[in-house]
Amino acid sequence: MTLFDKYSSLFLSGFGYTIMASLLALVASLVLGTVFALLQLSKKKGWAMVGNGYVQFFRNVPLLIITLFFYLAVAKVIKMTGFAAGTIALSLYTSAFIAECVRAGILSVDTGQMEGALANGLSYGQAMRKIILPQAFRIAIPSLGNQFINLVKNSSILAFVGGLDLMYQGNIVAANSFDTFTAYMIVGAFYLVLTLPLSYFMQYLEARTQGNQ
Amino acid sequence: MEKNKKRLFGIIASILLVAFLIIAGVWAANAAQKNQTHQDTLERVKTTKQISWGVKTDTKLFGLVNTKTGKSEGFDVDLAKALTKQIGKQLNLNLTPTFTPVNASSKVQLLKNTNIDGVLAVMTITKERAKVVDFSDSYFPAGNSLLVKKDSGINSIKDLNDSSKTVLVALGTTAADTVKKEAPNAKILALQDYASAMQALKAGQGQAIVTDNAILYGLATENPDYKVVGGTLSYGPYGVAFDHNQKGMVEETNKALATLKKNGTYNALIKKWFGQVPGLDISQLEVK
Repeated sequence: MTLFDKYSSLFLSGFGYTIMASLLALVASLVLGTVFALLQLSKKKGWAMVGNGYVQFFRNVPLLIITLFFYLAVAKVIKMTGFAAGTIALSLYTSAFIAECVRAGILSVDTGQMEGALANGLSYGQAMRKIILPQAFRIAIPSLGNQFINLVKNSSILAFVGGLDLMYQGNIVAANSFDTFTAYMIVGAFYLVLTLPLSYFMQYLEARTQGNQ
Repeated sequence: MEKNKKRLFGIIASILLVAFLIIAGVWAANAAQKNQTHQDTLERVKTTKQISWGVKTDTKLFGLVNTKTGKSEGFDVDLAKALTKQIGKQLNLNLTPTFTPVNASSKVQLLKNTNIDGVLAVMTITKERAKVVDFSDSYFPAGNSLLVKKDSGINSIKDLNDSSKTVLVALGTTAADTVKKEAPNAKILALQDYASAMQALKAGQGQAIVTDNAILYGLATENPDYKVVGGTLSYGPYGVAFDHNQKGMVEETNKALATLKKNGTYNALIKKWFGQVPGLDISQLEVK
């Protein structure tokens, strides 16, 4: 553990950037994912195609390529750091998977719910927001949890574009100390510190929401 | 109540699991290190009749993979071949060289794990590194320099000493230390390798790449819009690296290197790889 003592400031600053990137991407991908799930299910063919195209594109392209696209190509037009490029790419990539989770959640809500809501005079938007989505999210919680955990781990993509995150600092420590193994063990432990509580939080949410049923 | 107890148990169990994983990892690392201390590289070379060299795959002029053959080619690779032959002559054995790709962060670990016998991968001899590996005599006189866009107006490291400037370096090189010393206000960004650093420079993510001049000349040949400036910032000759306490192997290598320098093989290799580089005077590199 002397390696940690010596480089603790690097590890901790990396940890901070990883938390920040993960939180930003988590919020952004949840919002984007929900929007595109709704687009996919839209009755208007054009909107459904836009939603479907977005999901298929970002779900099927490696995260590294999306990241490099923002870091190397987009950055020529709009200036952005590696941190920004990585976080944007991570948000877009994860949102495609979240859109699928949310879509599956919406589809598994009984159709009678929507019919009933419409029959009671709610508009489509109101019915979605007040009746369908709350139930859909409850169903989607376990798979959303999977996506969130993947998101935290995938944030290591920032290291490839100088994003100052945990993996970036881990690479630097490994290269400077020549103790690659211990350096990455410490990095791994830090990721667990993030992902384990997240897992438990999702389990807790699941237990709580199921209890209401 | 029941539920809370279960949850508490789960949390404690996972904390224990993490602690266990960390302890197991540290223990495994220590055990692995102990196992390696008694491996003699020269003995291993004699028994296996081959020398396994770690070489670069992404560094033009030193070790760059030829896309047709899939093998690394460059000064490091050719020198490794010549050294293997010469060491073989000294030991009266017919040695064959084999090559393993390494990068800045893996090369020392691979040496320690005895996956490779020696490293010939643009590795600068430094005091810190000499604590963990053994170096041969220097085989190439390198030094850190700057690569900038031709119209950037940057002519020396002093022009970069500003918090608005970002200097790109490759991970695990000595360049970051040089920049910290010469331009303490500049931001430093470490990229995975030289190719990524070059891409980032082109994308405007930084104003200059700092690394060994020999590598920068390689990058400048490929990218005519960029030029090497700033002279030599720090002298950092390359050495062949072996695992720690490999006196026998280091002595054989030094002997072989001296012979190659004397019989003209070394100069021929310098001419082969650096003769065509624009702006580089190879008479500085040749041994007399």
